[in-house]
This record gives sequence, structure tokens and C-alpha cells, in this order.
Amino acid sequence: MGGADPAESAQWAVEMSDAAVRLGGSEIWSGVDFQAREGELVAVLGPNGAGKSTLLHVLLGLLAPSKGSVRVLGGAPGAHNEQIGYLPQRRVFDETTRVRGVDLVRMGLDGSRWGVPLPAVGPWASRARAARARVQEAIGQVGAEEYARRPIGECSGGEQQRLLIAQALVRRPRMLILDEPLDGLDIPNQVAVTALVQRICREQGVAVLLVAHDVNPLLPYLDRILYLAGGKALAGTPEQVITGETLSALYGTPIEVLRTADGRMVVVGHPEGHHAHGPRHVLG
Amino acid sequence: MEPHLSINPVSDIEALFSYPFMVNALEAGTIVAVMAAMVGWLMVVRRESFAGHTLSLMSFPGAALAALVGWPLVSGYYVFCVGGALAIAVGGEGGALSGGHSAGDRRARGRRERTQESAATGAVQAGALALGFVFLSLYGGVLEDLETLMFGSFLGIDSAQVLTLGVVALVVLAGLALAGRPLLLASVDETVARARGVPVQALSVAFLVMLGLAVAATAQITGALLVFALLVAPAASAQQLTARIGLGLALSVALAVAVTWVGLGLSYFTNLPVGFLITTLAFLVYLAARVRGRAA
Repeated sequence: MGGADPAESAQWAVEMSDAAVRLGGSEIWSGVDFQAREGELVAVLGPNGAGKSTLLHVLLGLLAPSKGSVRVLGGAPGAHNEQIGYLPQRRVFDETTRVRGVDLVRMGLDGSRWGVPLPAVGPWASRARAARARVQEAIGQVGAEEYARRPIGECSGGEQQRLLIAQALVRRPRMLILDEPLDGLDIPNQVAVTALVQRICREQGVAVLLVAHDVNPLLPYLDRILYLAGGKALAGTPEQVITGETLSALYGTPIEVLRTADGRMVVVGHPEGHHAHGPRHVLG
Repeated sequence: MEPHLSINPVSDIEALFSYPFMVNALEAGTIVAVMAAMVGWLMVVRRESFAGHTLSLMSFPGAALAALVGWPLVSGYYVFCVGGALAIAVGGEGGALSGGHSAGDRRARGRRERTQESAATGAVQAGALALGFVFLSLYGGVLEDLETLMFGSFLGIDSAQVLTLGVVALVVLAGLALAGRPLLLASVDETVARARGVPVQALSVAFLVMLGLAVAATAQITGALLVFALLVAPAASAQQLTARIGLGLALSVALAVAVTWVGLGLSYFTNLPVGFLITTLAFLVYLAARVRGRAA
């Protein structure tokens, strides 16, 4: 178990070498070599069933690698989970969930503690006030002040997603692990959430590891990419990874990388990118 | 000394408190209402009403077994409600263990787990009722006070029973105070709870046991068939009226206590069964809350 020694909190947020994972007897992926520094914005990409979420579970220590070594924030996976904000695959709260957004964010702060919350009186008043202020701050960071006091089930998909990101942010994590944060959001919300994640990463030096379906909206912001496909992985900077040859080889289907007039890259012919050509109109 | 409802509410209330059995009933009713309202609130948040309903029926086989072996009926309630809670927990767990892990699988797993748990709950319910019937025929006699068992009574609650109820309530409320926050997190957002190291599975079993204890206690006032009224109606009403956690719990307790007191009082003066009165009042409160919740 990695200790809390600050000197150990090296520059690597994630180090994986020759890592493999098995689920129910079959190997999901193997030979994964991948590093990401603190403060970097990293996308984990790949087709459905490639084991992207499984990779996140390994990083969180919920699942042990079958082979190789994995270190997260300088310790064993799971050892520093209190410094990781985790946003699981999109959960949709329907209108029967009668809990306010602000309470959901608060659960991110101290929802896993035992015992009753301390009363906001006497010697505990300042601590209770600080907790409330922290919750408000996180809600402010994602711009959710307007609807944070409504029941979560009455918020739109984009609003729910922002509140859940606030929940992941509320403990000032060193790393954010976001599982498909853009899934099911409409285009304006995808753009807004991407910008929000990028801003948190840059302004606060938080490492962000996010699973995405479609690389294009993220491409301008990414420091590193980890592609998973067919049980194998491909990692590197966008310039290294996002080329026609590497992607075509990885997916076994022709993929082109185009450059726009302003030098931005666009991936075309993405295997599960039936929506890579045009915007996805999914109601959030 | 037929009780009469007079014009003067003060003398009516004095009349209520002048009989020790009535004081016992009010004390027992209050204890039970507080506990049922708190546990019920979490039950509604966790969408485990079907489990709550099944546990409420456990009083029947419990009482039948107690009659058969010659224990006090109440001990049968506790044995069967807690045993039933454990059976539901074990039966529901199978789905969680067989779950797949890919993204699509995981989406299906939530549904499968719920399906599995409700199927297991249904099986436990049917099995328990069958057991109750067997116990009853083996016993050969007629269950004394079958109507009381089913529909509740406030007569004959002695102070020892009040004391037992108080101890059970203390245990359950202490458990809720200790595990309340992780339990709520696990109920609203299981994946995050797991990632945070909350023992989700253990808490789910612990909650079912608390639910079982609350049901066994409540059944002594409302009767087996009407436990559900006190467990679900105040909690569901509170949730209609507010999405705040603290306020919701407080409101649930306030409504349950009010319904119980008014129900007991009316039962004293009208001789209508207390279970019927509490259920009707709870239902009316729920209706009003629904109407208000819609309008808001």
C-alpha cells in the first residue's frame, strides 16, 4: 500500500506497464503500457466492449490487473481514492429521485462517512459552514447555481451531468476519472462540459482521465490518448496516435485523419463513429 | 364507562390519558411511528417497498409458529421478520454476483438485479405465507385474536411491551444514525458508493434487517396487514412535499406520529379498529401530499 508520503506523489498520475485484465475467464486487454502526468488531460478511446470502463475500474482498485503493474498517484490502485473524483457511466435520475442536486454534491464530500453529520452549532459551526461553502464552490465551478436546489430528477441531462461533475470535484481531487461524461448530452452541452473539464484541468492542475466515444470534440484539448481495441492498446500524444495508419491498423478498417484549415485534426471513418461525421442529436 | 367524544377537547384528552392502557398505547404508538417513519423514508428512497410489504406479512407465519411452540406471539414476529429480511437479502444477491462487466452488461445489470431481488422477495413472501398456514394447521387450534394480529389493537399493550419496543427502536435508530450517510449514498448512487469503499452489500443486508425489526415492532400496533400504512405513507408523503433530506425525515416522523396519535384517539372514542383508522388517515395524508406535490 502506498503511503501518504508527499515526496512519493511523483509527477505520474497513472503508470501502467504490461498490464492485463481478465474478466470471467477471458482476457479483456493485455500489454497496456501507459503513463500520464499530473495535470494532463487524457482520453481513453475505443469501440464498445474494448474494456474502457474496465480500465477505469482497475485504476480505482475495484478490479485487480491479472498481469503487469499499475500505479495511480504514486500508490497502488485504490490507495489514493480519496484524492480521485470519479464520475461513473452516466446515471440518469428520473423524477422519482427526490434528492436535491446540492445534497448529491454534498454526498461527494462526506456521504461515505459513518455517523450523523455534525450539527451546525457551537464548536462544529465553523466546520459545518466550511463544508457548505465547499459544496457551493463546487457548484459554482460547474455553473450549476441556478438549479442546484431543485430535485435532481427534475434537472435536464446536461444539468444532472454538471452536478455530478461538481460531486466528483467537491473534495478537490488531484485526479478526475470520468466515464463517458459526454454520453447522452446534446451538442451544446457536450461542448460546454468539454470546456468545463478542460478549464478544471488547466486552472487547477487536476489530472483528467476521461472515457469518450467520439474523439473529435476533445481532440484540441488532449495531452494524451489511450486507444483500446481488439484486446490491445495504443498510447501516446494525439500527434503520435491520431494518424491514418495507426488507427486503421488498430481498428482493422480504413480511417482517415484530416486537418482543417486552422490545423485541427478530424478523425473520419471511426468504426463506432457513425456519428463522427455530423453532430449527434441526443436529447440530454 | 363507554367513552364519549365531548365538545371539550381538553377533557377528551384528559380522558385519554386517564387509563394506563391508553398511555401505554400512546407510548408504544409514538415509538413505532418514529421508527417506521425513519426506516420507511429510506425504504422509499431505496425503492424497496416490495420488500417492506413482504416483511409486513411475516407476522402471520411468525405468530403461527409462536402459537405452535408456545412462545409469546411477538417473539414470532421478530424471528420471522428478521429471518425474512435475511432471506430476501440472500435471494437478491444472486443477481449481483452473476452480473457481467462490459458497458452494455452493466446497464442491464441494474435491471437484472432489481428483477432478481423482486423475484426473490416474491418467493420469500409466498413461502412464508405457506409456512404460516402449515404452522397454523399443525397447531390445530384457532389463533387467538386473529383479528388483532391482522388489523392491530391498542388494548393490552403492557409496559413490558413498551419497553421492548423502546429497546428495538433504540437499536434501529442507532443503526440508522451510524450508517445513515453511507446508506443514503449507496441508495442514491451505488457506483460512487462502491468506488468510495462503502460496503454496499453489507449495508443492504443491514438495512433489510432494520426494516424487518421496524416491521415486527409496527405490526404490534397496526396489525400485520396494515404495517405498510405507517411504513410507506408518511415517508412517501414527505418525499412528495420536499426533496430536502433532513426536512423530509422530520416531516415523515411528524406525519407518522400525528397519524398514530389521532388514530389511537379516534379509536378510543369510536371503537373502530385502530389499524383501520391509522391506515385511512395515512392514506388521506398521502393523497393530500400528492395533490400538493402536483400543484407545486
